[in-house]
Amino acid sequence: MRRVLFLAWLTLQEVGRRRLLWIGLALGAVYLAVYAWGFRAAFGECLGERPRSEEMARAMALGLAMAGLYGVNFLVVMLSVLASVDTLSGEIASGSIQTIVAKPLRRWEVVLGKWLAFFLLVLSLVAALGGGVLGITWGWSGYWPHNVPEGLALLVLEGAVLISLSLAGGARLSTLSNGVLIFMLFGVAFLGSWVEQFGALMHNESAVQIGILTSLILPTEALWRRASYLMQPPDTTFAASPFGALSVPSSAMVVYALLYGAAALALAFRAFNGRDL
Amino acid sequence: MSARGPTVASAPAIRTHGLRKEYGRTVAVAGVDLEVEPGQVVGLLGPNGAGKTTLIKMLLGLVRPTAGEAFVLGRPVSDWRVRGRIGFLPEHFRFQDWLTGREFLEAHGRLYGLPAQERRERAQELLEMLGLARHAERPLREFSKGMLQRVGLAQALLCRPELVFLDEPTSGLDPLGRLLVRDVLRQLRAGGTTVFLNSHLLSEVELTCDWVAFMRRGQLVRAGPLAQLLSGAVEVQVRAQPREPETQIDWGEFGDAWPQGDGGWRLRLASEEQVPDVVEKLVAQGVRVYAVEPRRLSLEELFLQVMEGEEAG
Repeated sequence: MRRVLFLAWLTLQEVGRRRLLWIGLALGAVYLAVYAWGFRAAFGECLGERPRSEEMARAMALGLAMAGLYGVNFLVVMLSVLASVDTLSGEIASGSIQTIVAKPLRRWEVVLGKWLAFFLLVLSLVAALGGGVLGITWGWSGYWPHNVPEGLALLVLEGAVLISLSLAGGARLSTLSNGVLIFMLFGVAFLGSWVEQFGALMHNESAVQIGILTSLILPTEALWRRASYLMQPPDTTFAASPFGALSVPSSAMVVYALLYGAAALALAFRAFNGRDL
Repeated sequence: MSARGPTVASAPAIRTHGLRKEYGRTVAVAGVDLEVEPGQVVGLLGPNGAGKTTLIKMLLGLVRPTAGEAFVLGRPVSDWRVRGRIGFLPEHFRFQDWLTGREFLEAHGRLYGLPAQERRERAQELLEMLGLARHAERPLREFSKGMLQRVGLAQALLCRPELVFLDEPTSGLDPLGRLLVRDVLRQLRAGGTTVFLNSHLLSEVELTCDWVAFMRRGQLVRAGPLAQLLSGAVEVQVRAQPREPETQIDWGEFGDAWPQGDGGWRLRLASEEQVPDVVEKLVAQGVRVYAVEPRRLSLEELFLQVMEGEEAG
């Protein structure tokens, strides 16, 4: 385990070196600043014009918070994939992996160390940005969504699934093919999720089924839908919106995502283990 | 690093049987049987693409053999623990270049599982041994090619290995650097470490190795103690003239003789034992023999001879 932790540390150092982390942090700070400013402007204007209504204020804060978290969700997806997509394929191509793998360690420890590093990265991102968005919302409006820990945990799970998938791809594919493959899968799941929502809106059962099936290809978007559903009060109706949840992914989908992530990580171990370096 | 039992020490440092690697339809290593006794400095020679690096990588568990078996220090290469007693300097050595020389060595010491104290001491020791102590606190990206090669070599020696694989250790080194590597190899040999090195620099191999193996098209075409191989093959300068100037000399089974002009020929023989036979054959043809001078081959000549011989075969 000490070796795994050390490999994770080495990977984090590498991420820090590559500026990606700093660009991410800077973008995150800008994102929060824009959110704070936008929230203040929208919330203040809305409440200033009309007679103050608790219900209205709450709906407004909720809508803005969900939009803010939707942005965080997008950043989680991007960071999970971009940070990890070339970690194996890049080191295999440059040959720097050889000196590491020729040491007395098991290959899966290398993969697990990297996974852990990116997981910590996603965890920090969700904590910082998710926490930031919710904190700003609370600061300006006093509103705090439902089930925040569960919702944020689902975002972290979404990142973890993508990291596992990108490590599995990176153990076998070139960086470019791996990146293209993952974003294509993500795109399919994203579209499928919209088909599912519209299907629910139109009461078209087969569209809902198609959406659920595409979520099985990559359950990330379904995780976001469930997270957003959990954080909203039961009576809200953001129908066909990115955070609408007319057709709510069930808790079975969460279990599926956990298994999916574990299977992808196992595949990454296996693929890297059998790989000639 | 503690498991240095007597049974381990007596096992061959390297043993392979029918070791083979195919990449698709390309055969990189075509069934190699090799046995290296502990404490030898072995040079693996061969043209580019002969399969030398693939062979080393299989011995390090980096590449899975398609067939055959391989043991290092008495353990199968698939046993990851054995690599705690093995050092490796890859051919195209890449590293985490933001680390300083010292940090780099300590990081790799950690990967070897060395305790903190030993890690620090060993890093310092190796920095001094390889003439890098002055640059220890500089990041690797500021290192020259030669310095990188030396820090890579230091990395390979961190665990006080019983077996070291060096893939082109002197590439990128100036003559002083090569001298340093030669010195390190001498120290390793004195310490009983088995060294297995790939090199294009035949003169380096000739100076440092006890044992050489020639590889060509994935096969080990000749192997043995260097002294024995070099004593085996001889080149003979022959000065002779047929009685009738028009007649050709028949060299028979001794193959091609290269005319040198002014009645001289150069002839390659498998052993010195053949020299009298050549003379006998010439005399029997009525050739007037003025001089027959056997000369030991240099490793370079032996290399060319082995490779050409294989080409002809």
